[in-house]
Amino acid sequence: MGAFSDKLEYLSYPFVQYALIVGILVALCSSLLGVTLVLKRFSFIGDGLSHVAFGAMAIAAVLKLTNDMPLVMIITVLSAVLLLRTGQNARIKGDAAIAMISVSALAIGYLLMNIFSKSSNLSGDVCTTLFGSTSILTLSKAEVALCIILSVLVVITFIFFYNKIFAVTFDENFARATGVKAGAYNLLIAIVVAVIIVLAMNLVGSLLITALVIFPALSAMRVFKSFRSVTICSAVLSVFCALLGIIISVFAGTPVGSTIVAADIAAFAIFALTGALKRGK
Amino acid sequence: MALLTCRGLSIGYEGKEVIGGLDFEVCEGDYLCIVGENGSGKSTLMKTILGLNPPLGGSIGFGDGLKQNEIGYLPQQTDVQRDFPALVKEIVISGCQNKLGLKPFYSKEDKARAKAMTEKLGLTPLEKRCYRELSGGQQQRVLLARALCAAEKIILLDEPVSGLDPLVTAEMYELIESLNKEDGITVIMISHDIDAAMKYADKILHIGKNVFFGSADEYRNAKGAFASREGGEA
Repeated sequence: MGAFSDKLEYLSYPFVQYALIVGILVALCSSLLGVTLVLKRFSFIGDGLSHVAFGAMAIAAVLKLTNDMPLVMIITVLSAVLLLRTGQNARIKGDAAIAMISVSALAIGYLLMNIFSKSSNLSGDVCTTLFGSTSILTLSKAEVALCIILSVLVVITFIFFYNKIFAVTFDENFARATGVKAGAYNLLIAIVVAVIIVLAMNLVGSLLITALVIFPALSAMRVFKSFRSVTICSAVLSVFCALLGIIISVFAGTPVGSTIVAADIAAFAIFALTGALKRGK
Repeated sequence: MALLTCRGLSIGYEGKEVIGGLDFEVCEGDYLCIVGENGSGKSTLMKTILGLNPPLGGSIGFGDGLKQNEIGYLPQQTDVQRDFPALVKEIVISGCQNKLGLKPFYSKEDKARAKAMTEKLGLTPLEKRCYRELSGGQQQRVLLARALCAAEKIILLDEPVSGLDPLVTAEMYELIESLNKEDGITVIMISHDIDAAMKYADKILHIGKNVFFGSADEYRNAKGAFASREGGEA
């Protein structure tokens, strides 16, 4: 019991509270566009773009920028726009384009770090970037504030453009043919996705971002039938899994990112089973 | 004045012409069928009319106050849509999106319009059903209701009966005919079912090696020549 209350005390530390706030916000934001991305066959965009962000961080390190956020953000947004802009009508299809950008950015980023880095623990640095590890527990007040602002913007944008995102996701050609500015909304989706991914890198690291984007959406789609209920369910589920994952990782001393994803996987299993039972009836 | 007038229209992709020299017009209340073999440019023509694809030459004119984005469009279904989690209701009202502009939410009028179109196509009992659980014919009707939300005067249908069984196909044709005859909606339909085209349409545009534009009766008389020269494809 003593050990338990010791652990409970962790929750009163500011750094744990910061981690919880950021974790919940990032989980919420990343789940919102998950449905759209999964349906548009862009499941791996989280992975691809986070590798781009990794590459951008390497460039920032080489240039010895103290604050790499703006550069990372700009490069990631540009890549997202490039990937999503052409949408359904691209000549190189979504999955291939993402694979290309993802692998290139990862390779170039690692190459740059290898050539220029003075760090003695290079593989450790790379591992941290990819898997997130502890950086969420070392967040500063300013980073938390930035995260809150960006998250609020993402959520407001999503609610405001919800109907348009639906129309463009369901049928881009119809939307364009009837005079909806589908190109502009694709651009908007791309920018929001890029912002979410740069945010999420702090939490779970680049390799596990994909899980945050797709798992809640896929789970919700097993059970729910309307676009609205799928969206709401995936948001709630994502927040719940993030919360659960962070708390377990604090208590059990496991890595934060992997624990959250494990919670997402478990939730998916439950939802898939529920969906199968519902259909079986 | 014609709703849609094409003069010397040349269509294609990325500068490569698929077919050129197309002259035809569509007047209010017309039922035009565009027929031709696979690859003859039917879908390209449709995309060009809708403004999804720029014309390579010639002109497309819109008359009677019709704007390019006031054409309702029934596209062929994509794989994405087949497993899309959305209610019939949500899809039908998304046709009103072009009336929203930058406004984020649908107005009372939009909702009433979506409801009326749902009613008209007999979809009211399915309103709260999931799109992916419907039959092919029901899905087509949902997309048709959405097209009618987007436009009241003219609709463009891209192979509306492909993949439907004969009974549902006949129902679909009758539905389209009633929209045309009773509601006065101008219909442009792409089809490779030439018999149905001659039965229902008033005008036919045949594209391919031989281009024909005229009434269905004229086409019936000229059809022998087409059939023999183009390998007898029905």
